Order: sequence, then structure tokens, then C-alpha cells
Amino acid sequence: MTKPEIDEITGVETTDHEWDGIKELNNPLPRWWLWVLYVSIIWSIGYWIVMPAWPLISSHTKGVIGYSQRLVVARSLEDAKQAQSVYLEKIAAADPAAIKADPELLRFSLAGGEAAFGDNCAPCHGRGAQGSTGYPNLNDDNWLWGGTLEDIHQTLKVGIRSTHEDTRVNPMPAFGRDKILEPAQISDVTEFVLSISGSEATAEAATRGKAIFAEQCSACHGEGGKGNMELGAPNLTDRIWLYGGDKAAITQTIRNSRAGVMPAWEGRLSPETLKQLAVYVHSLGGGQ
Amino acid sequence: MDWSKHKIFETNSIVLLIGILIVVSIGGIVEIAPLFWLSSTIEKVKGMRPYTPLEQVGRDIYVREGCYLCHSQMIRSLRDEVERYGHYSLAAESMYDHPFQWGSKRTGPDLARVGGKYSDEWHTLHMSNPRAVVPESVMPGYAWLAKRKLDGKDVTANIAALKAVGVPYTDEMVKQAGADLLAQVDPDGDGAEALQKRYPKAQVRQFDGNPEFVSEMDALVAYLQMLGTLVDFTSFDASGPNLR
Repeated sequence: MTKPEIDEITGVETTDHEWDGIKELNNPLPRWWLWVLYVSIIWSIGYWIVMPAWPLISSHTKGVIGYSQRLVVARSLEDAKQAQSVYLEKIAAADPAAIKADPELLRFSLAGGEAAFGDNCAPCHGRGAQGSTGYPNLNDDNWLWGGTLEDIHQTLKVGIRSTHEDTRVNPMPAFGRDKILEPAQISDVTEFVLSISGSEATAEAATRGKAIFAEQCSACHGEGGKGNMELGAPNLTDRIWLYGGDKAAITQTIRNSRAGVMPAWEGRLSPETLKQLAVYVHSLGGGQ
Repeated sequence: MDWSKHKIFETNSIVLLIGILIVVSIGGIVEIAPLFWLSSTIEKVKGMRPYTPLEQVGRDIYVREGCYLCHSQMIRSLRDEVERYGHYSLAAESMYDHPFQWGSKRTGPDLARVGGKYSDEWHTLHMSNPRAVVPESVMPGYAWLAKRKLDGKDVTANIAALKAVGVPYTDEMVKQAGADLLAQVDPDGDGAEALQKRYPKAQVRQFDGNPEFVSEMDALVAYLQMLGTLVDFTSFDASGPNLR
């Protein structure tokens, strides 16, 4: 081992590495930095003992405090539930009407329902529950399957034409596609529907359409087209249209049917959340 | 101190390179390699199955269109994520993914459990014109997917390739891939039952609502509608080796 060379100008040892006449100085590392390094090494040994760390043959070291990210999330969910349990337990035991009657539960449910609505319902029904073509407005007092708390709760649970075994379903025939009615007859029925909803219609065609309506449509939509919430058959006289109320849209509905789908939320959302949602939706303006 | 050995590395680039490779592979061996043999890497769950041919082709469209650039498929084990999206994602849920779609960017929401959350019509409309249903959305429209006929000619080779890299497709599944692809959009056809026998929980519907032809939209919606729906969480044991 050769004695290290001392750089003349700085008086510092060199590493003896020379590139193009420039020699590298061997300045010592800052003391504080070295200490941080040493402490980190000691810390890591402690960390291996305390936390899950080293892989073994078929498993890994678990660490003495048994830390688990999955345990942490399970506990934080449990804590949140605990914190809300004073309300959630009452909500679990009550029906939506009783929740609505209790001011404290109502306040809790409206807040919880609003959050759940934003996460789950807003993509179809809109942020303000205003709906859009094919997705009902939940603010008005017009309901397809009923607007009582119980009706809304049931719709939320089972959905409409969903995969739930008790789903709400009403197969409106595709009168054109399945060749139940001739195009001319569909045109006449459309005129009749336009006439009962207060839109402009050709009187003669509407009269012809009335007979066809009585035969084909009235079983669900009622004699006067007022609808039937038991069957989810919309009221055709109220000028509120899910798929549009002009001639083209109505013709399209009669020709091909519509069959909108709402997923069932039972199983996906907790029973307490479903009740909160029912109360929230009911509160939006049109609850019966 | 004797610096002469240091000098060997600093003056021979190949030696330096080999030295770097050795040091880096120690890190790899310790951190990555054990995942291949530890039994707790992939949870033992009930319900996972390989993708049906239609779902797989839909998945390929998902990758082709770069959906992963804005959507993750990884619900992290954090309270806010679990409350919003559902049960945290399991490794088992992406074990048949080649490549996985976990993603790291969420311009849009996580899609790991989007299956069943919305209706097929919603997906079709949303894909064609996102602002029609979500006014505040910044997602681009993919209207052409509904107009493009699904190119299914490579599906058998596609499934066979996945089988070759370890996805447990049977020979029967590979052979029937072309038929199964069409069977999944034909609820009244003869193939639906056999398909659902091969692939439990497979949803058979006219996904894009257009019976005239099988479109790329059919495949993509079929894929989205099954995401996160396979694992039976009532039988998932969150303790033991799964506690991590």
C-alpha cells in the first residue's frame, strides 16, 4: 500500500485517480451525513423486526406488530361504521317512513344519501337528479314505478329489467319490429298519443288510433292513457316524456319499444345506504 | 486505504457495467423473485375464470384505445376507495390479465368494479357521446366503436396465445373461441348455454342494442360489464396469508 498523495494547494489527500492531469480529492463525507446513514442502517434492522419484510420459502416474515394494510383498511371502515353506528343501527331497524319522521335520522340520511347518489346514481340521473333522455328526472312528481318511500326503496333494491330475481319489469312489445302493427297503424296510434298529450295531431288519424290504442295499449297505459304505476306504464297525457314526445320519438318507441335498464343495488350497496338513498330521492321534490 | 481495486471499475467500462448489473440484480432477486414462489402472492379465491373470447377482444379494444391512460383498474386498500368503488382489488382478479390494466392515472374513475353498475344503454351512449349523460365529463367520444364490425378472425389465435402464457384455457375453449365470441351476443342462439358452462357468470346479451351485427362496442361493453364481478367475496377469507 502506497502512502496517499497530498494535494499541494488544498492539503487534502487524493484518491490517486488521475484523468488528463486532474486528480480527484478524497474529501471526507460530512459527519452529519454519515451519521444519518448509520442511523438509517440501524433503523432498517429494527424495521425488519417490526414490520413485514423478508421473503421466506413460502411466506414472509410478518413483523412483531402484525401490521397489514388490509387490516388497516378493515379497521378504518369499522371505525367509520362505529362512529355512525348511533344512526346506522336505528336506520337498519327502521323503515324509510320512520327514518323520514325522525329529524335526526332524516338529516343523517339526506347527507349520506346525497353522497351515495353522487357516486352511484348521478352518472345516469345527473348530478342534480334532473335526468336526461332515457333516464328519469327524479325532482318532479312524475313517477314510473311509484314515488312513495317504499316504492323508491323497492326500485333501488331490485332495479328495472336488472339481473335481480325480483326486478321490476314490464315488457312493452316492439309493435313495429315484431310486426304486431302495420306502419300505418303505428302512425295512427302515434297521432292518438299526440292528441291525448295535448300536442298537435291529425284528428282523423287520432280517431283511428284510438281504437288501436284501446285494443293494444290500454291494458297497461289505461283507457285514457293515464298510465299505471303498478306496471311501470307511463302516463302518456302529462307531456313528460322519457324518450321524447315528438312524433318521431313516439313512433320510435312504439315501433321498437325502449326497455331502459336500471341496475339492482341490493348487494352492491348496504341496506342502510339503500334506505338513505330512498329518503334522499324522496326528498328531492316529488316524493309522494 | 487501497484505492487500486476501485480503479479497476472506474477505468474499465465493461467491468463497471457488470458490477452494476450484479448489484441491481441483488435488489431484483430480493424484491421481485420471491413473488413467483410465495404462496400469498395471489390469493386463493372462488369465481375467477379466464375471459370469454368476447370479453378478451373487448379488453384488447380497451388497450388499443388507451383507456388505461385515464382509468385505473385497481381499488387500493384505503377507506375512501373502498367506500366509493367497493372491495379493494385482489391480485387474483388480474391474474389472467396480459398485461394487467392497474394503471396509475385517474383522469376518470377507477373501473375495477364497474361491471353491473350501469346499464348497457348507458355504456353505449356514454361511449358514443360522454357529455350526453355526464355533462362535466372530459372523456373523448368513441362513437365509431358501434359502427365498426368486430374483427373476430384472430380470436382463436388470441386465446391460444394466452393459453400458451399460462391462462388456463382448455383445448375446448380454444377450439370454440370463434363460436363463443358470437354466442355471447346472441341470447336466443344455441351457443349461449355452452358458453356459460365454459365460462360461468358470462353475461349473454345484445350489449350495444344493435342486433344487425357484432360491433366493437358489443365487445367493449361486454368487457366493462364483467369487470370486478367474478370473485365471490362472501367466501373470501381476508385473514391468514391474505392479510397483508
